[in-house]
Amino acid sequence: MKKYQGKGVYGAVAIGKISLFKKNDTEVKRVHTEDIEGEKKRYEEAKSLAMQQLQEIYDKALKEVGNAHAAIFEIHQMMLDDDDYNDSVYNIIETQSINAEYAVAVTADNFAEMFSAMEDEYMKARAADVRDISNRLISNLLGNFTEKTNSDEKVVICASDLVPSETVSLDKDKVMAFVTAHGSSNSHTAILARNMNIPAIIGAGEDFLNGIKSGDEVIVDGYTGEIFVDPDEETRKRLIEKQRDDEEKKRLLEELKGKENVTLDGHKINVYANIGSVSDIGKVLVNDAGGIGLFRSEFLYLENSDYPTEEQQFSAYKKVLESMAGKKVIIRTLDIGADKKVDYFNLKPEENPALGYRAIRICLTRPEIFKTQLKALYRASVFGNLGIMFPMITSVSELEKILEICDAVKSELKSQDILYSESVELGIMIETPAAAVISDKLAPMVDFFSVGTNDLTQYTLACDRQNPDIEQFVNTHHEAVLRLIEMSAENAHKYGAWVGICGELGADTTLTETFLRMGIDELSVSPAFVLKVREAIRKTDLSKKQ
Amino acid sequence: MVSKKVTVINEQGMHMRPAGDLAKAVKAHPDCEVTLNANGKTVKAKAPMQIMSACMKKGCEVEIVCDGADEQAVLDEIAAMFENGFGE
Repeated sequence: MKKYQGKGVYGAVAIGKISLFKKNDTEVKRVHTEDIEGEKKRYEEAKSLAMQQLQEIYDKALKEVGNAHAAIFEIHQMMLDDDDYNDSVYNIIETQSINAEYAVAVTADNFAEMFSAMEDEYMKARAADVRDISNRLISNLLGNFTEKTNSDEKVVICASDLVPSETVSLDKDKVMAFVTAHGSSNSHTAILARNMNIPAIIGAGEDFLNGIKSGDEVIVDGYTGEIFVDPDEETRKRLIEKQRDDEEKKRLLEELKGKENVTLDGHKINVYANIGSVSDIGKVLVNDAGGIGLFRSEFLYLENSDYPTEEQQFSAYKKVLESMAGKKVIIRTLDIGADKKVDYFNLKPEENPALGYRAIRICLTRPEIFKTQLKALYRASVFGNLGIMFPMITSVSELEKILEICDAVKSELKSQDILYSESVELGIMIETPAAAVISDKLAPMVDFFSVGTNDLTQYTLACDRQNPDIEQFVNTHHEAVLRLIEMSAENAHKYGAWVGICGELGADTTLTETFLRMGIDELSVSPAFVLKVREAIRKTDLSKKQ
Repeated sequence: MVSKKVTVINEQGMHMRPAGDLAKAVKAHPDCEVTLNANGKTVKAKAPMQIMSACMKKGCEVEIVCDGADEQAVLDEIAAMFENGFGE
């Protein structure tokens, strides 16, 4: 197996055989001529043929990739009509008494060099367009223009570089991927490949081109930019699986994009995503989640060597809220302690950290840390649709204290004339058996519950989830856990709160129907599971008896 | 000879599309020479690739100079094209 690295410009995986794309031989010879008018006429003819070809390619591209990207071929026509370009060709024919092919080649070099020398990336990339139209003219002059690939099976097209007209002219049904040794991600080839939904890698390098031949077996991973020539069994297995997951995801996206999460009998439910840092927002959007059901704010503390300032936190929260453009964003206040340790918190070693000084317990004993976070959250609240969620609740008095602190923070902001949203929803995690058991007392105090199934399971079953030796005793579908969830859901609804699940169990599609029957209003899962859960919901029918 | 200063408002600057449109408009007036002064360069406005060679980005100040028949009318027409961003 040989491995090469390029830059992926369209994410997808393709497995197949290489077809080395060779350009027609456009070697141009300098030929002296006396018939200057004749050469000019040959150029005229080649140019009008090129115009006609470009019109055909434009029409094809318009159908395949849409107006915005087909426009390049209209622009190529404009370039062919450029007075400077044409004057240069005529000039060279006249003054040097030479053939039109050579005049075009010299002109092409001059113009391409002019663009290459420019500082702007867009302008630099235009050198490829000049070469494209010039090669077309030369091929027409030589009378050997063909643009077809001659293979019967689907292939991975590998080339030094592909100019836009070559990319579009390829028979799409026979191309499963592009790999070029050169090229930039700004090039039209990259843009067109993205629009044709074909995996594409650029910049694979000269070594790649020299190391392959037509017919070689190849796997192209457009996500990572990796190219495996003559792959070994393990790599093949891994990428076949990746390809299958990818296709499944794309199929689901195609099917579900923009559709509501509604059961067959008309019951609606929200499917949100769990994330752990600002950089995960892209995954939320790509997987078409309805919002963020759990944004773990710990990253702000874990990434820092000292307590993150109010400003630092504010700008992170603001960014998430703005990126989600009005969709729900539920941010959980800090959940440090237990397995998440931060040096500057100076937490003492504990006999039993899962049952120790963590999360809301830190916040309530060190309110200055908590207030800084709440101030940042409330200030950011005007930039979107914010919910704030508190972890590790076990009693009514804890929640009373939290709500008091929230009120104090709001009054402080008000006295400083700092705006905050009045519609911020407040909720708690149901992740201790205590919270579930007294959920009837807690529900009237909040807007929502979110069940953290990981901790709820570990506390209910008295099983340390980090200990592999007791894995056999951890039944994630244990009736005790499910009953606690059901009880919390009932109490939430009784007192006008909504209830969601943000633990791993939420993504377990064998339980989706169970949760829906309990009346769960929201499932928040890691971005990769959003589409699967949405599909499961749309297949569920609650009107049928169990 | 008349001239006017304008500013490029197109997001991508004077790229191929507006340059092509500009050249087309200029060629419709063969008896009036139109040149552009920008970024310390002087280019003829009748050829799109030459227009692009001045690398006019968004916010770039451009002096349009018209010399010949109907120069004021041509100047007004070209200046208006810049001002409405070549319809983009």
